[in-house]
Amino acid sequence: MGLTGLEIFKQLPKTNCKDCGQPTCLAFAMQLASGKASLDQCPHVSDAAKEALDSASAPPVALVTIGKGDKELQLGNETVLFRHDKRFEHPTGIAIKVNDTDDDITAKVQAINKLVFDRVGQIHKVNLVAVNNASGDAAKFTEAVKTVQDSSDFALVLISEDAAAMEKALEVAGANAPLICGANAANFDAMLALAKKYDAPLVVKGADLNELAALVEKAGYKKLILDSGAREVNNVLADQTQIRRQALKKFRPFGYPTIAFADNEDPIQAIVDAGVYIAKYAGIVVLNTADPADVLPLITLRLNIYTDPQKPIAVESKLYEIGTPGPDAPVFVTTNFSLTYFCVQGDVEAGRISAYIMPVDTDGISVLTGWAAGKFTPEKITEMLNSCGIADKVNHKKMIIPGGVAVLSGKLQELSGWEVLVGPRESAGIPSFIKQRWGA
Amino acid sequence: MAVTIAKEKWTSKVGEMVLGADSSVKAGGESTLPFLHFEGDVPNKVVLALEVWDLEPVDWPEILKAPFEGVLADPVAWAKKNVEYGADAVALRLMSAHPDFKDASPEDCAATAKAVAEAVNVPLIIIGCGVEEKDAEVLEKVGEALAGKNCLLGCATEKNYKTITATAMVNGHSVVASSPLDINLAKQLNILMTEMNLPTNRIAIDPLVGALGYGIEYAYSIMERARMGALMGDKMLAMPVICFVGQEAWKAKEAKSPDDESPEWGAQERRAILWEVLTTTTFAQAGGSIFVLRHPETVKQVKVHVDKMMESNAY
Repeated sequence: MGLTGLEIFKQLPKTNCKDCGQPTCLAFAMQLASGKASLDQCPHVSDAAKEALDSASAPPVALVTIGKGDKELQLGNETVLFRHDKRFEHPTGIAIKVNDTDDDITAKVQAINKLVFDRVGQIHKVNLVAVNNASGDAAKFTEAVKTVQDSSDFALVLISEDAAAMEKALEVAGANAPLICGANAANFDAMLALAKKYDAPLVVKGADLNELAALVEKAGYKKLILDSGAREVNNVLADQTQIRRQALKKFRPFGYPTIAFADNEDPIQAIVDAGVYIAKYAGIVVLNTADPADVLPLITLRLNIYTDPQKPIAVESKLYEIGTPGPDAPVFVTTNFSLTYFCVQGDVEAGRISAYIMPVDTDGISVLTGWAAGKFTPEKITEMLNSCGIADKVNHKKMIIPGGVAVLSGKLQELSGWEVLVGPRESAGIPSFIKQRWGA
Repeated sequence: MAVTIAKEKWTSKVGEMVLGADSSVKAGGESTLPFLHFEGDVPNKVVLALEVWDLEPVDWPEILKAPFEGVLADPVAWAKKNVEYGADAVALRLMSAHPDFKDASPEDCAATAKAVAEAVNVPLIIIGCGVEEKDAEVLEKVGEALAGKNCLLGCATEKNYKTITATAMVNGHSVVASSPLDINLAKQLNILMTEMNLPTNRIAIDPLVGALGYGIEYAYSIMERARMGALMGDKMLAMPVICFVGQEAWKAKEAKSPDDESPEWGAQERRAILWEVLTTTTFAQAGGSIFVLRHPETVKQVKVHVDKMMESNAY
């Protein structure tokens, strides 16, 4: 947004007709500025004024969609440079590259389809398959695109700077809105025409930021992804930072998501570079590897960086078994804030303790925050103790609560009928606590 | 179409910490966001330290033990090995002081620290066993024994900072100030320590980081905010940040789980190394300056990456 009430008022019809439900146009403008009304409530506003207001209020980074149906991927709509200022909105799309010269394309695509990981009860996967015209041969490219399209679970990126080859490939895949990658100064008009014909998103590549801005201006097309041409990680970082900064300052040519290529010849360094691009603003990152050992760390990093800082991730509030707990295993009580849970779980595992962990549902907030907010109470702990079935699994009635909430123990003991042991304040102390206090 | 490069005009910078008897290693000093050479200076590379324990680690995965075969029970030989592996500093962790293990006396710990210090020619980071009261006693003796070696001692917390700060001031060391994932607590501890007249460039902030997948984003944002604070002139946040990445990354299931346990995660060696490497390089993007690592391959890979990031990207 960013428009003030007065700026909006200048564009309104000034009829004071009350059709919008407000007493005057000025009052309506004020409501608009504060986001309490929307422009379509005024039936008399002119198209020109609508356009002016829309573009002024358009998000700094456009929302671009790749693919169709359940393979669709949305990118952009970002509004900040630092995640702590608000949050990053659309997680970086991870694309795996397949060359049309590869021996067994189907096998590689099947390997890509398997890159699906479960984390904190959520499924995370790669998003795109990038078919690369490495052969330079149009027929081979088209054939590869067809093979990949038929066997892939993901939307496609078509990589070729040869407009003729792209045209052939789009005859096969154009209906599914693949990302055309892409246009540069040499093939610009032909590629742009193809993108418009199939209404597909288009990568625009400049030799540097200046040429990139010029090409975008020339395009007059809104479904764009930007490539500044930089390929070394230090330069990509600078360009990514510039593109995001300028977009936020409403420099329109840079108001689109970006694409970055992790092409480093050293396979480990390629992953490290991709990590930088995920942290630093890339809309899409293209990898050459489909090895799960390479992709898992990057998917995890993306999940972490794009987590909403205002909404903690929670684990499911249920009984967890660590190791192979027997009937005399200890029972740890904690909260379902994922970080809290993983700390406890990690330290219990580190101590090689077989145990039960019982994360009480605190809406995903930590032990002390939960306690202060009245969400980690003797009542709630007792309720979970009774409902999760722990009483049938162990032959004792002892639970260990975090040292930080020792004050709960009296009431908890009274309510639950279980003996309450006050554990260490930090979970790092669990192994020595168990050594000294459990079963002794 | 000429694009006007957007440059921030930062008014201040991160303080520069000097380590080692011959002041050979420097950390911090940046007057810009990480690796944005186009709007400020990045005078020093990140400092990469490898850990040495004074007690043979029992629960390290085989992949992590392998490079140190034969030296895990000998801190002096282990420290020398770390230097061979290219570590900029050696981080000696005095685990034997822990009451649950050997409960070694402060004098014994000081003797070990001295032996290690004499065996290597890189700066030392000396880390206690994590029990706050014990660490205060141990670091006091260690600080005396290593007077003039200009080490980095840690970890000072709200509870034990007084003794450790005093030792550092008397014997010429720097201090790691630990606070749990909270920028205000970090700042408060720095204020308390500087009120004892410890110079600001002898404090390293330890935000108690989590590894990739285990809370990396919290520390990431705290470090970004600390760097912004430093660049905008907040003296109590203008310290280099130290990250104990090895300790955290090797706790992760993804690093410890062997090939046959989680085949869908790919080969353990590759993902374990990447877990430590990627945690490190991500924190380097947020403003981390000193990294305490465990695997020599991580040191090698992070060095290659940082050398590249140190090349100018000025427009």
